[in-house]
This record gives sequence, structure tokens and C-alpha cells, in this order.
Amino acid sequence: MLRRHFLLASALAALTASGHMAWAQDAWDQTLAEAKGQTVYWHAWGGDPKINDFIAWVGEQAMARHGVAIEHVKLASTADAVSRVLAEREAGTTSGGAVDLIWINGENFAAMKAEGLLFGPFAESLPNWPLVDVAGKPAVVTDFTLPTEGYESPWAMAQLVFEYDSARLPEPPRSLAALRDWIIAHPGRFTYPQPPDYLGTTFLKQVAYGTLADPSVMQKPLDEATYQATVAPMWDWLDAVTPALWRGGKAYPANEPALGQLLADAEVDIGLAFNPGRASAEIAAGTLADTTRTFTLEGGTIGNASFVAIPFNAAHKAGAQVVANLLLDPEVQARAQDPNVLGFQTVLNLSSLDDTARARFDALDLGIATLSPDQLGPVLLEPHASWMVRLSQDWIERYGVAQ
Amino acid sequence: MTGTGPLRWAPGLTLCLLAVPVAAGLIGTLVPAFAQDAAGFRALLDWPGLPRAVALSVGTGLGATLISLVITLLLVASLWGSRVFAVIQQLLAPLLAVPHAAAALGLAFLIAPSGWLARLVSPWATGWTQPPDLLILNDPLGLSLLLGLVSKEVPFLFLMALAALPQTDMARRLNVAQSLGAGRTASFAIAVFPSLYRQLRLPLYAVLAYSMTAVDMAIILGPTRPTSLSAQVVIWMADPNLTGRSTAAAGAVLQLVLVLGALALWAGAERLGKPVLTRIAFAGPRAHGLDPAARLLAIIAGLLCAGALILGLAGLALWSFAGLWQFPDAVPANLTLATWTRAAPDLVLTGGVTLGIAALATLMSLALVLACLEAEHRFALTPGAGAIWVLYLPLLVPQVAFLPGLQLAALRSGAEGTVLAVVAAHLIFVLPYVFLSLAPAWRAWDGRIAVAGLALGATPDRVFWRLRLPMLLRPVLTATAVGLAVSIGQYLPTLLIGGGRIETLTTEAVALSSGGNRRLIGAYALLQMVLPALGFALALLLPALVFRNRRGMAVSG
Repeated sequence: MLRRHFLLASALAALTASGHMAWAQDAWDQTLAEAKGQTVYWHAWGGDPKINDFIAWVGEQAMARHGVAIEHVKLASTADAVSRVLAEREAGTTSGGAVDLIWINGENFAAMKAEGLLFGPFAESLPNWPLVDVAGKPAVVTDFTLPTEGYESPWAMAQLVFEYDSARLPEPPRSLAALRDWIIAHPGRFTYPQPPDYLGTTFLKQVAYGTLADPSVMQKPLDEATYQATVAPMWDWLDAVTPALWRGGKAYPANEPALGQLLADAEVDIGLAFNPGRASAEIAAGTLADTTRTFTLEGGTIGNASFVAIPFNAAHKAGAQVVANLLLDPEVQARAQDPNVLGFQTVLNLSSLDDTARARFDALDLGIATLSPDQLGPVLLEPHASWMVRLSQDWIERYGVAQ
Repeated sequence: MTGTGPLRWAPGLTLCLLAVPVAAGLIGTLVPAFAQDAAGFRALLDWPGLPRAVALSVGTGLGATLISLVITLLLVASLWGSRVFAVIQQLLAPLLAVPHAAAALGLAFLIAPSGWLARLVSPWATGWTQPPDLLILNDPLGLSLLLGLVSKEVPFLFLMALAALPQTDMARRLNVAQSLGAGRTASFAIAVFPSLYRQLRLPLYAVLAYSMTAVDMAIILGPTRPTSLSAQVVIWMADPNLTGRSTAAAGAVLQLVLVLGALALWAGAERLGKPVLTRIAFAGPRAHGLDPAARLLAIIAGLLCAGALILGLAGLALWSFAGLWQFPDAVPANLTLATWTRAAPDLVLTGGVTLGIAALATLMSLALVLACLEAEHRFALTPGAGAIWVLYLPLLVPQVAFLPGLQLAALRSGAEGTVLAVVAAHLIFVLPYVFLSLAPAWRAWDGRIAVAGLALGATPDRVFWRLRLPMLLRPVLTATAVGLAVSIGQYLPTLLIGGGRIETLTTEAVALSSGGNRRLIGAYALLQMVLPALGFALALLLPALVFRNRRGMAVSG
């Protein structure tokens, strides 16, 4: 891969700058022309009406700007789309596939890339790519330690935050040790989504970050020889809190919105979200009390990027690229960051934007419960995907089957 | 009579339409399960949740079937002929129309510790200012799932019992037994039950197979650590790893074996029960003391089933109009149309697709069923036991066991993801219900009317179109409404054969249920329930309208 990049770079360097620009513009014009009139089947998790509304709005923009229609295929799990593409390849459908664009990251991306199920590289030749903050947000090109190599294009940043109702809990526990003591002192008032749910597994990794002797080992594929000893402190932490979890750890909420509903129903006092703006957005929608606030742990919390990828057999690859590029448009990014819309963090480098684009971000009121970027604290990198798979497997064996 | 050639083939064609997809789907599932040295089976055996998932499937299946049967029999035995019985008959159609997913969602909102029941009695009676930390929903024993299944299966079994009762001669048999001194419950058990049960057998088997393998209800109400086997099979099918699909196939095969085993067990119990019942009959118990208890139990059980459904759906409706609704408020702080206005475009579109698919599948089923029944009449055919079994085949073979194979076949042929493929898949499930709902009334039609028509020179076709069909408009419309309701409620066939691209109210509601947005779930589930209810309302209203100047066709009772 490195070698190919080197060759590409030297080839590009050989071209004159203007010549290259003109060539890229021609290629993109051709993509735009091809895309016009296409319907892009965007497979994306459909469990959150705010996200569904946003995708519908992106669809209106794509139609107005480029004549591309978006059909949101609402998934219960991203893996549905991956297995669909897999089933299509098994059935010999190498073109004209049902999936044009997938909201993806982590193990699903790793699985598709390893299986050769992705079209690309395409991301780094999108016209809006230069606006992406590659230097400041390395997670936009490194997906769970796996280099994306242009096979997926980022569209939102996320970071783990804890949510609590300040009316019920004035001072939340801000370290993993304090959280453990608080859970044990308040039985039944905390839980996390059931792994292998995404947020639930992220919480496991967060616990690992806070308990492992050397968390940096998680940046490499897990080593079977030392794995058990390495993760023992994490299981100790979980063993200590599990009897004091909501429902005594005998049931878990399915995912982030289900946990959010528990917080709204006052079934728990502390919730989690992989979106720092979720609480503010829910307050704005009138579904969470306006006394809800967020906090992160000392030492930082895990963060990553959400991407879109195009399957190798997509029927509408041009349209899909146009949508991927549209998602990087400053106007679209600013709308996604608006807590009244989504409250997702942008992937763009704000200092690279022109004044009008920048003004859109400056005008945003982040919302009453959202922490400012400096309050959010450090972003911890996602561990290697092998950790995620193994931790959730072992969790299922330890806690996922009633004894 | 020369134009009747195609009609003669109708029963055969219909049976093929049911049997071939089920058989092809089963083969399509079996092959990947045994491929690669049966790797799928090894992965299945390695899954730590297997023993419990199997126990759950068998336990909730047998439990729900037995409880539903007992409640149905109690209702018929002790309330038949009473005013309460008439009320239940009126409630039956709307309750039957409620799709399983909507019923499960309504029940979930009702019985959760933060649900409506807890809110209604808090804090004044319970002292709860926060929801109690009680494991009610998704409980490890599957009791919530059991309750949900029972509340949906009782209306179905009750309808089947109603259809069978005329052939049991219940009134006269009860009379004779009671005049010999037996109590009502004992009279029913000895004189009516044996002939009623014979006709309830296949519907019971269908209930057993369904209860063991329900996916949508298990996802919403069932345990999560682990889930029931069929829900886990669907999870495996969505696994991004290659191995997931073969594990799913192996799980589906195991599920099929479990269902066959449970059916065999049930049939064995029937055999054991028969001599016991005979011995009881010879002993001639009167058991008058049993009657008040049975009556009370019947009323309580009936109220619980109907109440769980009705209150649950009322709760769903309220949530769809709720603003902020915090625990322990019994009603929302404010009502708003925001959920409905925001969801309106999606709801209209999805509702339209749902209705279109349901209408196509139902009309095709109706045409086939009418052709079968008419062929049966004209050529004096009697459906053999084999034909009845084929009719029940799609209801007996677990959906997770043959739909994955069918999906693969649809993919290969390029039909997957098209509306017509989904309609065809729905047809497999709609047709049996339309047939079961229409056949008794159709066969009960007085054949002398046809003889009179023929004697006056009408052709058989004319007799069909001008006499039989109009006279049987009511049962035909009821069967249509049943068909619409069945199609609207289909989850797995729509999801798998539609390839995720065909969205109906049911697939949307189940997808949303993972997200926990009660307002939106309420809106989808409510609409999911309203559509079939409209069908049943039309089935009642239309005949009254059409026959407003035909006194002999007036709606009686």
C-alpha cells in the first residue's frame, strides 16, 4: 500500500498543479454527470428519528444540488448491510447490488475491507477532502487502528460522554474508581447497553482504559499469550459493580436510545452516549429534563469517527460518491453539529474554512448540556478491532448468559 | 361446463404455491448448515447460550400453547350462550387484527417498571417516586414473552373454536349431559371437548410452532441473556463474519428439529390424555362445584388477555401524542401533535406500501381460495388429510427455518427486494388464514339454492357470481380483513425477502423498538393496528350497506 501511495504521489507531483486540478475537476464533473438521476440506497442505522430526519434533509440537498435522490434503508444494525453485500457476492451479484452507501466503522469496516467487499479508494479524491482535519483528528483516517486508505469517507466525530440529571445527582463521579464506588453505593441506578452493542462495547473499552496496567497494548492486535492476565483488572472492576447494576445485571438495555429512555424515565441516574450533543438535542426535543448535564472522565474518554463506505458491487457508485462529498460540505457539517438537529462533532478543520462557512459554526449554540471542546478533555484512540470483538465475546460468556 | 377446465386445477396449484416455497426454502437452509464439515453446527454448539435458548424456545412454546388452550376452553365451556360471550365475540375481530409486534410493544409499555401500570398506581399507592428496580420486561424466564404470546394466541384459538362449534352440536350435547345431572364444565369436557378438540388440533399445532419461533415478539419482550433461539438465528444472519450465516443455518435446523419434537410430544400427550378422558367419562363425575370457579377463572383470564392488549394499545396511542412524560405522572404533562406531524410523510409512504402489499397478497389469496372452494363444490372434491396438512405447512414450519433459504433463492433469481417478491412471500402466510376463515361459511351454504338456480337455467358461473358470492359477501369480506391483517403483521418475510428495501409499518416498528423512542413507536404501532381494524370495520359495514333493502340478508344479532 505504501509503495502504491508513493508511486501515486510521484506521479501526481510530475503533473503541474493546475493540470492536476483540471484533471480532478474533469473527473469529478464526470462523476456528477453520471450521478444525476441516480437513487442512492443509503443503508444506515434507523433507530433514531433525529438521525433519520437529518438523512432525509441530506436527501433534499442532494436532490436540489446534484439531482441525486437518497433512499434511507433503515437498519436495526449496520451488520445487516454487511451481510447483505456478503450474501450478494455469494449469490454472484457483482454489479447492480442493493447497497450503495453504508454508514459504517470499526469491525464492520474491518470485515468488509478484509473480504474485499469495498469500492475504492475514493475518499481522498473527493473535492471536499482538503477541508477534513486529518492532522487534528487522526481518527478520520484511522478506524479502530486500521488505516482507512480512502475506502471510507468520514462524516462525523463522536466521543463517549456520561449523562446525568443534575436535579437528582448534583455531583457525578468523574473517575472510573469513583464511578465504581458510586454504583455500589447506589444499587440499581446505573447500567450500560448489552454488548455486542456498539455503545456497550465502547463502555467495556473505556473500563479497560481505566483499569489495565498499560492501556497502550490495546493499540496492537491482542496477544493471546498475555490476554487473560492483561484484562483481569477490567473483569475485577465489572465483577465488583455487576450485582449493583440496574436489574442486578440480569437484563441490560439494548442500545444508546434504550439507555437514554431509562435516563428519561428516571430508571437510572447516569447514562452514556457516544455523542456529546445528544443530551442537549434530547432536551431541545422535549424528551429529557432540562436539568440533564454531561461529563467525561479524568484522563479522557474514547472517541472515533463515523464513516460512509461504498460496496464493491454498488449499483450507483457515482451517486454514492456525490453523497459522501456532500456530507463533507461545511453547510451540511454545521447542520449536523447543531444540537437541535444532531449535535454530532464536525470532521472539518474549522481554520481551513472560508469566512461564511466558519460563521455557520460560530453561530451555533451548542446547547445547555454540551461540553465545549476543551471541557470534553482528551480523546482516547479506539483499540485495535480484535480487542472489541474479543471483549464483547468474553463479556457474553461471563455476563451475557444467565447462570 | 366446458369453461371449468382451469378451475379443476385450482386446488393443486394452490397447494403447490404453499408447498414448493416451503420445501425450496428448507433445502436452501439445510445446505449451508451442513456445508464445510458442518462448521455451522460446531459454532452453534460452542455458543454458551445454547442450552438456555433451547429451553426458552421449548418452554415458552409449550407453555403459551397449553395456557392459550386452557383459557380458550374455559371461555367456551363456561361462557357459551351468555351475554359476556357475545361481548367477547364482538371484541374478537379487532383483537385478532392487532399485529404481534404492536401487541408486544403495547404490553412492554404497560408492564415495564416505568410503564403505565406502575405510573397509574404511583406514588400514591406504592410510594414509588422512581421506577422500581424490578426485572419484569425481558425477564430470564420469558414470562413477559409468555404473557404476550398468550394474549395474541387466545383470540386466534377462540376464533378457530367458534368456527368448529357448529359441527360439535354443542347445544344439544350440553343439554343431554346436563339433564343427566352433570355440571356444565363436566358436561363440556365429556360431551363436547372430544369433537371440538379434533378440529382444534391443527390450529393448536400452528400456535405451538409459532410460539416456539416468534421473532418479533421475542425481540421486544423476550429475555436478552441469551435471547430465544429463533431471535438469535436472526442475529446470526446479520453477523458481519462469514461464519454467522452457517451458524444461523445450523440454528434454524435445530429450531426445526425442536418444533418437530415438541409437536411429537404434544401428539404423544394427546394419546395419553385420550384414555384418561374416557375413564373420567365412565366415572360420570358431576362436579357442580367446579362451575363457579371455572366461570370466574374464564372471566379473569379473558379480561387479562383482552385488557393487556387494549390497555397496551391505549398506552401506545397516548405516547404518540405525549410531550414530556416523566415518571410517575399517570398522563403526559402536555399533549402534542409533534410526533405525528414529523412522522407524517414517512407514515403515509410506509402505510401505503404496507397496504398495497397487503391488498395484493390478500386479493390473490382470495381468488385462489374461492377457486378452490368452488372447484370443491362443483367437482364434489373432498380435501384429504394431506391437503389440510399442506395448508397448515407454512404455519407449522418455523419461519426462520425456511425463509433464509427462500431469501437466497430470491437473490439468485434477482427477485429479492422487489415488491412482487414480498407479495409472493406474504401470500404463503396469508392464503392459509384466508382459507381457514372462509371455508366453514362457504361449505355451510345451502346447496339447494344452487340446485334451484341451475334448475331455472343458470350456468354454474352465474350461480357463483349472482347467488353464492353475494350471499356470502360477509364471510368473504371477513376473510379479506383477516388476510389484510395477517399481511400487515408479517415481519420476517418482509425483512428477508424485501432485502431491507421494502419497508412496512411492521418492519419499521420492530426496527424502532430497538431505539426506545416510545412516541414514534407509538405512532407506528397505532397505525399498524388501525389499518387492519379498518378492514374489519369495512367487513361489517359494507354488507349492511349493500343489503340495506334485502331483509333476508340483514345483519342479525
